[in-house]
Amino acid sequence: MLTAVIALAGLGLLGSLGLAIAARVFAVETDPKAEAIEEVLPGANCGACGKPGCFDLAREIARGNAEIDACPVGGQKVAEAIGKIMGVDFSGGGERYVALVLCAGDNKEAIKKYHYNGIYDCVSADMFFGGDKACSYGCLGLGTCAGACPFGAIDILPEGIARVDSDKCTGCGKCVEACPKGIIKLVPAGRNVHILCSSHDKGAAARKNCRVACIGCQKCVKAAPEGAIHMDDFLAVINYDAEIPESVAGECPMGTIKVFKAEDSAGQEAAGGGS
Amino acid sequence: MAGGFFGGVHPEYNKKLASGKSIEVMPLPEQLTVYFSQNLGAPAKAVVKKGDEVKKGQVIAEPGGFVSTPVHSPTSGKIKSTGFYPSPVGTLMEAAVIIPDGEDEWEEGCDRERDISGLRSEEIKDIVKEAGIVGMGGATFPTHVKLSPPEDKPIDILILNGAECEPYLTSDHRLMLEKTEEILEGASLFARAINVKNIVVAIEENKPDAIEKMREAVEGRDGFSVEPMKVIYPQGAEKQLIYSITGRKVPAGGLPMEAGALVQNVGTCLAAFEAAGLTRPLIQRVVTVTGSGIENPGNVLARVGTPFKDIIDFCGGMSDDTAKVISGGPMMGISQYSLDSAVNKGTSGIVLLKAGEVAQFENEPCIRCGRCLTACPMNLNPSALSIFAERMRYEETEEYGVMDCIECGSCAYVCPSKRPLVQHFKRAKAEIRNRSKKAG
Amino acid sequence: MEDEMKDKDRKSGSGKNETERKEAGKDKTSPKPPEKKKKEPFRERFIVSSSPHIHDGRTTSGIMRLVIFALLPAALFSIYIFGVTSLRVIVISICSALIFELVALRIMNRPVSIRDGSAFLTGLLLALNLPPGSPWWLVVTGNFFAIVVAKQIFGGLGYNPFNPALIGRVVLLVSFPVHMTRWVAPSAWGADAVTTATPLGRMAESLDRLGHIDMDLFRELFSREDIINLLIGNRAGSIGEVSIILLAAGGIFLIAKKVISWHIPVSFIGSVWLLTGIFYAIDPAHYINPTFHVLTGGLFLGAIFMATDYVTSPMTSSGKIIFGIGCGVITVLIRLFGVYPEGVSFAILLMNAATPLIDRYTKPKVFGAREAA
Repeated sequence: MLTAVIALAGLGLLGSLGLAIAARVFAVETDPKAEAIEEVLPGANCGACGKPGCFDLAREIARGNAEIDACPVGGQKVAEAIGKIMGVDFSGGGERYVALVLCAGDNKEAIKKYHYNGIYDCVSADMFFGGDKACSYGCLGLGTCAGACPFGAIDILPEGIARVDSDKCTGCGKCVEACPKGIIKLVPAGRNVHILCSSHDKGAAARKNCRVACIGCQKCVKAAPEGAIHMDDFLAVINYDAEIPESVAGECPMGTIKVFKAEDSAGQEAAGGGS
Repeated sequence: MAGGFFGGVHPEYNKKLASGKSIEVMPLPEQLTVYFSQNLGAPAKAVVKKGDEVKKGQVIAEPGGFVSTPVHSPTSGKIKSTGFYPSPVGTLMEAAVIIPDGEDEWEEGCDRERDISGLRSEEIKDIVKEAGIVGMGGATFPTHVKLSPPEDKPIDILILNGAECEPYLTSDHRLMLEKTEEILEGASLFARAINVKNIVVAIEENKPDAIEKMREAVEGRDGFSVEPMKVIYPQGAEKQLIYSITGRKVPAGGLPMEAGALVQNVGTCLAAFEAAGLTRPLIQRVVTVTGSGIENPGNVLARVGTPFKDIIDFCGGMSDDTAKVISGGPMMGISQYSLDSAVNKGTSGIVLLKAGEVAQFENEPCIRCGRCLTACPMNLNPSALSIFAERMRYEETEEYGVMDCIECGSCAYVCPSKRPLVQHFKRAKAEIRNRSKKAG
Repeated sequence: MEDEMKDKDRKSGSGKNETERKEAGKDKTSPKPPEKKKKEPFRERFIVSSSPHIHDGRTTSGIMRLVIFALLPAALFSIYIFGVTSLRVIVISICSALIFELVALRIMNRPVSIRDGSAFLTGLLLALNLPPGSPWWLVVTGNFFAIVVAKQIFGGLGYNPFNPALIGRVVLLVSFPVHMTRWVAPSAWGADAVTTATPLGRMAESLDRLGHIDMDLFRELFSREDIINLLIGNRAGSIGEVSIILLAAGGIFLIAKKVISWHIPVSFIGSVWLLTGIFYAIDPAHYINPTFHVLTGGLFLGAIFMATDYVTSPMTSSGKIIFGIGCGVITVLIRLFGVYPEGVSFAILLMNAATPLIDRYTKPKVFGAREAA
């Protein structure tokens, strides 16, 4: 018994000695600034900054090759902290962006063209005549965006449509890339008038496919301040730089325009946006 | 048979539904939707617009490159519109909608007899190209390109593909019975075009009457022979067919010409004869309309551009509990959602199946039973490929050979977990092609 | 053919199909917000999926059923010779396997799939690997390790790296060696259960004790009648391993039905026979003859039903042969030079670990692949 204890203890000691020596001998030179920045960064390695990971961004910021506010996920707080490390006063008012799925056509509102049987993935379903939705622009609700989100911020509702949980969204933009229909957009967190449709179909055709589609009647364009909303081929598109009064939403005959602050997830649920 | 066969499966063939029905000509539908992209390669470019009047056989789209073929109007009439319409291959495609004027009048210069015995190789290739002939087995590869192998790849055998290994389909079978001489004439044109003396007619053993008829017809024709083939799916796939008959393997990523062989579908041979001997461009084909969902299964000679709903009505209509409409055969065909899709040069069949007969895919995990490996005619590992594809590890799928997959469906046919294997491979291939395009 | 195509007038009305008729009757666009009434899905007419659109009908549960069917003769025979105790072990094992799977899936929020038969099969196989008189808590513990630890924790069916039933058995063997080696002599319907040792066990024990083969004992165990007993199963052993004939019959059935291939059983049993034969030829005084080795222990049960488990064995034919030979070699090494009289379970588990490597190195060569430059 004693031999066993001594032998194991001895092995342990030997091992830890070896590790300690290796840590000294094989140590890698790191920039202390880069290490400090890395501590401050969120550490999700989501790639939104364009670098492969948080460590790479930290290194580039320390070298002066990247902006202090390059991390969209960290936002204001992280940028300020990095500024302190770099000895720079950061006061930029970076606005927060959140992702928004510009489609409200779930299974209750939009019809399908066929029963889809296959891989539970929007890109795969899109290969078959543009997906099972009758509207060729609409959200397919199979979760490719949810899978791509490193923060678990997208839910696929039981009604078959994706909705971003703006509490968790960091604006990294992975979902925007992943969506095969390209209907997820990053919008300023404070804006509160949204057109939840991406269909460029003509009015009658859009209406046939979905009860909350934009029919291109242009009532909102006329009601809103000049240039705030413009038409893109039968689809009304909001210019998020402009201030739009909430009353414009009431002009829409289809109920496509919803009012809720982009960053307010409870508000989005209440407004019925995406459900 | 000199070679062998890897893998393969034995599906229920159900050919009796239509194999006994001789080819019927169907009347012109109310309107025709003629797609401009009816070949593998570059789509053709429209040379007509809304309002134009066209004659039967008139060119309505010019080739868009070397690997491209012209498209001709299937009848005389007026162009109602051009635009994007649902096509059987799964995407919206540019097409012209033609309203027949009822006269069915040929264009000047078409439909006259010509002596083909004196035609030279270059002339044959030109005729084939101008007639818009593509592989009629379904691949729709432009035939004139197949007939132009480079100098360093000599071809010594021409194989006529009468295997028709897909279940349910019988159009090639009927053509071999009813148009035997014309097929062989067309084949000899091909043989002359590439200067090949050895021509083999490959027919699966489940078509004994066709084998018999062909045997009689090739007597007296120099260089022709008939080879009965073992019944196995996918015997009719080009690479597998070449291997079975000659024992040569087409190199991965390569073309049959690298194995010194040329394969042409019997329907393509017929089209070549009609183009050369009767100066008629390719504007119609035989479509097998079959399955439990169709009232009167049969083999219909239909114009290119005939909407599915018209051809289905011609065969007595569709039963209410039809769950799937497939363009092509059940192993490799494309399921449709709209009967507005129209017949194109490669539509070999329309199969209507009921819910109980249709495969239901499930996204279950792979149980590593290995049946897919045994079934794969290309010796791939579908199990590993599908697991990589599920996890989006596309580099590994490329390493394991997904680009060599011929999408025959043998693996998914036998998978006990009912995984949508072919869909995973199609997805992986699309991703890999996109990446190489982005990389430039 | 062409000449026959005349310009017939299209038959009016017959062209309209059901879909169009339904569409024509739908309400037009209204300028007011539409009422939220339920619309019938008039367009969802057909199923769209990737090819292929037909399937040969073989399913995972179908395969499990065939394997269970192939094991029935051996299982029923064991009830005949070992009695109610055997039945009890089998029933408790299957039930606990199913319950553990159900509970584990629920807790892990995964779709409940006990109907695929894999838990039933694992329970049955574990039972067949246990001694006839095993107490209920032994059976339940074994199933816990088999289903929850060896299978569900790794992700469920298809994801386990080791054979679940064997993990269960080995955990029990190492933790409760006494219970796991308390064998019972066979008798019709288990009357007068008498504790005894398996033939392999007895030979191993005597070899240890005497330092050489006890030829009298060997002749006693291996007389002509006894070979027949070994084949039929009239001997001590675990519930499922005793009747070679019935196991072999089950194996042939599965090979004929193309559920398993011959590669693993043949290479496994063959390599055991060959290797023990070599040792026997060199030194018959210290090594038992190969036929005895092949007919005793859990070799047939292991080679036919455990080593051939899809998830944990290689997928290529050449890989399977390598796997079988590996199992055979390790079994023999354990039996001849190891502490345990029986080596099959450990051998299979060790080879399970090597399976991904074997699969990697026996990757099939793609049709037409060019030789590496």
